[in-house]
Amino acid sequence: MDVLWAEGGPLTAREVGRLIADRDLAPTTVMTVLDRLTRKGFLTRVRDGRAWRYEPAASRDAYIAELMLEALDMTGDRSAALTRFAQAVSGTEADVLRKALTELEEE
Amino acid sequence: MIAAVALAALAAVCAVSAWRMTSVRWTWRAPRAAIALWQALGLTWGLASVGALLAYALEPWGRGVIHGLVYLVTHWREPSGLQRVGALAAGLALLTVLMAVVVVAMAQTLQARRRHRLLLSLVARDEPAVPGVRVVDHPGAAAYCVPGLKSQVVISEGTLSLLSRDELAAVLAHEDAHARERHDLVLLPFAALRWVLPWSKVVRDANASVALLVEMAADDHARLRVPPKRLATALLRFGTAGAFATPHGALGMGAENVMARVNRLVQPGPAMRKRYRYGIVAGAALLTTTAPLLWFLPQ
Repeated sequence: MDVLWAEGGPLTAREVGRLIADRDLAPTTVMTVLDRLTRKGFLTRVRDGRAWRYEPAASRDAYIAELMLEALDMTGDRSAALTRFAQAVSGTEADVLRKALTELEEE
Repeated sequence: MIAAVALAALAAVCAVSAWRMTSVRWTWRAPRAAIALWQALGLTWGLASVGALLAYALEPWGRGVIHGLVYLVTHWREPSGLQRVGALAAGLALLTVLMAVVVVAMAQTLQARRRHRLLLSLVARDEPAVPGVRVVDHPGAAAYCVPGLKSQVVISEGTLSLLSRDELAAVLAHEDAHARERHDLVLLPFAALRWVLPWSKVVRDANASVALLVEMAADDHARLRVPPKRLATALLRFGTAGAFATPHGALGMGAENVMARVNRLVQPGPAMRKRYRYGIVAGAALLTTTAPLLWFLPQ
């Protein structure tokens, strides 16, 4: 996935395999992984002659944003899917906390 | 008629107790015992409400709820009288709804978690400074736990730069408690109930109370291993750092809850006596047995 994000254009399985050459993966392994990611909707692919060219369906930042929206419980549906450390607060409420923090640090 | 009346009274007692529990403060001195009591109240309320309706419907046969239902199914006889048939239908419908909601909520939660884990495996990285924790490259402050058989603790890049080393250790100890005690399973039924009855203030408050108690229980766990003051400053830093892009007014109770947790950590009041805590847990266990026993009462 990192290779595809870094490259910025659609790649074939062979090209992906060459770019992660340091790990010495079998071409079939690369193809299996790419195929699985495609089925899960993380990659899109187009026919190019006899091979498929793969491209990320969304940017890395988009996925990070999705994770963080859930993590900060901003998706609207308060689910019990995650347990969070603390909620962020807004405006005047934050001032109360800031004051308490200063007091606590001065002790 | 005794069983039906007793069950109805029990359901009412549970509802009133739940309503009282949302505003009392002794629960903060013994969060674990209070959580047990909350679970007992919730379960008993459900069983008693369903049981009261069924007991009334099946009363003429004098077999109690459980054996009455078995008789109903094996002999395929319906109770006489429109009122009793209505009570039977209402009782079975309530039972189905309560069970279905929990099952659906569980399925949705598992699905959301699976997707979350998959995304994490694609974009999160390991950080040598905090082994065993996944790090997401985002400037916002977030620290959470994706519960499961193999729970995963996740923090954001923003958290790493926001907190000192001691504070980070405190946050991780807190999250570790969530992961180990499976607090998500405690929250699930209450979150599910809130989903069916979104307009009910008691249900909403109950959900918020339990959520806060769970956090306090995790705080208590963390303070055994790290200085409580570090956890308190971490909490405050977190609360103030998140001001980015937070939808306005969406998180109204936030500051109050954070301050309640901070005050508990900085100035812990006298701990509740052991015998009271055990008393509460024993009471919760006793309460849990009452409704099933009444389901067997023949009259």
